[in-house]
Amino acid sequence: MAGLRAIGLRNRPAAGTVCRFPEDPGPCLMTTAERIFKSLRRNGLAAIPTVLVIVVLNFFLLKLAPGDAADVMAGESGAATEELMRQLRARFGLDLPVLGQLQAYLGGLAQGSLGFSPRYNMPVTDLILQRLPRTLTLMGFSLSIAIALGLLAGTVMALNAGRWPDRVLSVLTLLLYSVPGFWIGLMLIVLFSIKLGWLPSGGSETIASGRTGFDLFVDRLRHMILPALTLALFYVAVYARLTRAAVMEVAEQDYVRTARAKGLSAFAVGSRHVLRNALLPVTTLAGMHIGGILGGAVVVETVYSWPGLGRLAFEAVLRRDYNVLLGVLLLSSVLVILANMIVDMLQAWLDPRIEVR
Amino acid sequence: MSLALDTPASPVAAMRPRALRAFLRNPAGVISLGFLLVLFAMALAAPTLYPEDPLSMVARPFLWPGQNPAYPLGTDSLGRDVAAGVVWGARISLLVGFSAMALGVTLGLVVGSLAGYFGGRVDDVLVKVIEIFQTPPNFVLLVVLVAIAQPSVSTVIFAIAAVTWPTTARLMRAEFRALRSKDFVVAARGLGYGHARIIVREILPNALPPLIVTSSVLVATAILMESALSFLGLSDPNVVSWGSMIGAGRELLRTAWFLSAVPGVAIVLTVLALNLLGDALNDALNPRVSGAR
Repeated sequence: MAGLRAIGLRNRPAAGTVCRFPEDPGPCLMTTAERIFKSLRRNGLAAIPTVLVIVVLNFFLLKLAPGDAADVMAGESGAATEELMRQLRARFGLDLPVLGQLQAYLGGLAQGSLGFSPRYNMPVTDLILQRLPRTLTLMGFSLSIAIALGLLAGTVMALNAGRWPDRVLSVLTLLLYSVPGFWIGLMLIVLFSIKLGWLPSGGSETIASGRTGFDLFVDRLRHMILPALTLALFYVAVYARLTRAAVMEVAEQDYVRTARAKGLSAFAVGSRHVLRNALLPVTTLAGMHIGGILGGAVVVETVYSWPGLGRLAFEAVLRRDYNVLLGVLLLSSVLVILANMIVDMLQAWLDPRIEVR
Repeated sequence: MSLALDTPASPVAAMRPRALRAFLRNPAGVISLGFLLVLFAMALAAPTLYPEDPLSMVARPFLWPGQNPAYPLGTDSLGRDVAAGVVWGARISLLVGFSAMALGVTLGLVVGSLAGYFGGRVDDVLVKVIEIFQTPPNFVLLVVLVAIAQPSVSTVIFAIAAVTWPTTARLMRAEFRALRSKDFVVAARGLGYGHARIIVREILPNALPPLIVTSSVLVATAILMESALSFLGLSDPNVVSWGSMIGAGRELLRTAWFLSAVPGVAIVLTVLALNLLGDALNDALNPRVSGAR
């Protein structure tokens, strides 16, 4: 904590100062718990109108979609009489006026229902919750890869700024910025699955292999490597560039010079004083990237037949199952809001300088 | 107009020749610009270069690149010329990329400048609107919009603009907020200029450099989005695009991986050129960075 404390002390009022109003000068002394709670309360309140508007927009997008659930079911069964269509519409409440339907939609949502998918013959909420864990695992794994590789590459770049490792990695990150995820995914399949035969080309585990315990875990991990890497590569480039800039900025701070002057090893200075403080912008952005990674998952899960939310969205498009498609949109928006709240809390915890309004 | 001479000058006027010189000194930027101009020329000349419909069968299927000099990039499973597809595909990528950027940047500029210039209530409302559009994952929202509006070149352009405008809006809001209290703006207000004139003639020219840089990156983003959409089959089925070529080649990855690889290289080169151009413009237009070198 030496680094953090060092910055914190610079413009802090005397210990014991309590801020009652936001306009009080200087950062206030709040305990960590207070700051986290304040951040949670502020974000929670701000999220309510956002979620409401998104829900209503979601509903109207659903209304704009060509054909309703009754049309889909009629198409499914091959033929339907006018009478049957009317019955179906009455059953799903599709014969109500639009505002009545909105009310029913909101009422359903309040009970956690996103409607019914005639194609899958199950409630949309169940369908989504069934696919969600796979996507979250994939996202978590790929975000970890991205942050680990990005921090590593960025630190190497910053420490060698202007020399050849920096140049080579800079070109590489620019290239990663420019490569479409689905294409690099296909090329990785060509190399690692088709040519070398090292890794499976799709799915989330070997079907009907009867594996259990550790074997099953290894099998799943092998299936996850390529999709997670594909999803991560773009963000490796983002974090590498960001880390490079942050490390170079932090390395010039007074407390780093002090740490060096008191004889700490280069590694101790690098890991405890520089990297720790350079991490802050990386955590902020990692939270902002949750949405991007979720969007990328649509494409990557389709490339690798990964049975997650993204693939579900793609299947829903193909089957014109708009209830499911908009359910995914709504749930992913909520995930983004939650991720941002968690990041704000993390920051309130990590950095006492951040003022929580 | 002697009064105008005494007012602080807006800083942008003096920097244009300097920026141009700085840009020309950057080899990556110049090469990228050259590449993009060649690509534009190729896209425009597509009907002359390959008068045949790129979707028509012209040769034996599965010719590998280099196997037959008449078809340097090979042919696909139906005997369609891959090179013709790449050239015609450039038209779609560039058309979608630049139109979506223009539309998104215009919308973002209007919203962002109003929010940043007026502040207060206007700002509160517009910021909330921006936030709402930024919350759903971009690509998921894009897929939903295109699926509901039914895929065609114009719906893809509108949908990409609809999900990318908040980036510009936020950037322009920050710029206008920073610039609105600068001396030259205060002076303009003191002269009795109206809001519209101050926004368009005084602040906008000074907010242009970051806007130009973002535009270049946004074209790249739009091209990537279009290619991902058409890869997923969410594009006009009667038009060849790089993404749809990759999508078609996907089924043949085991036997003919070049069918997916070739159009992908075209995307990478184009997007890389746009990103490098953005970097070069940023260095050239940002006097602090280029001055330090």
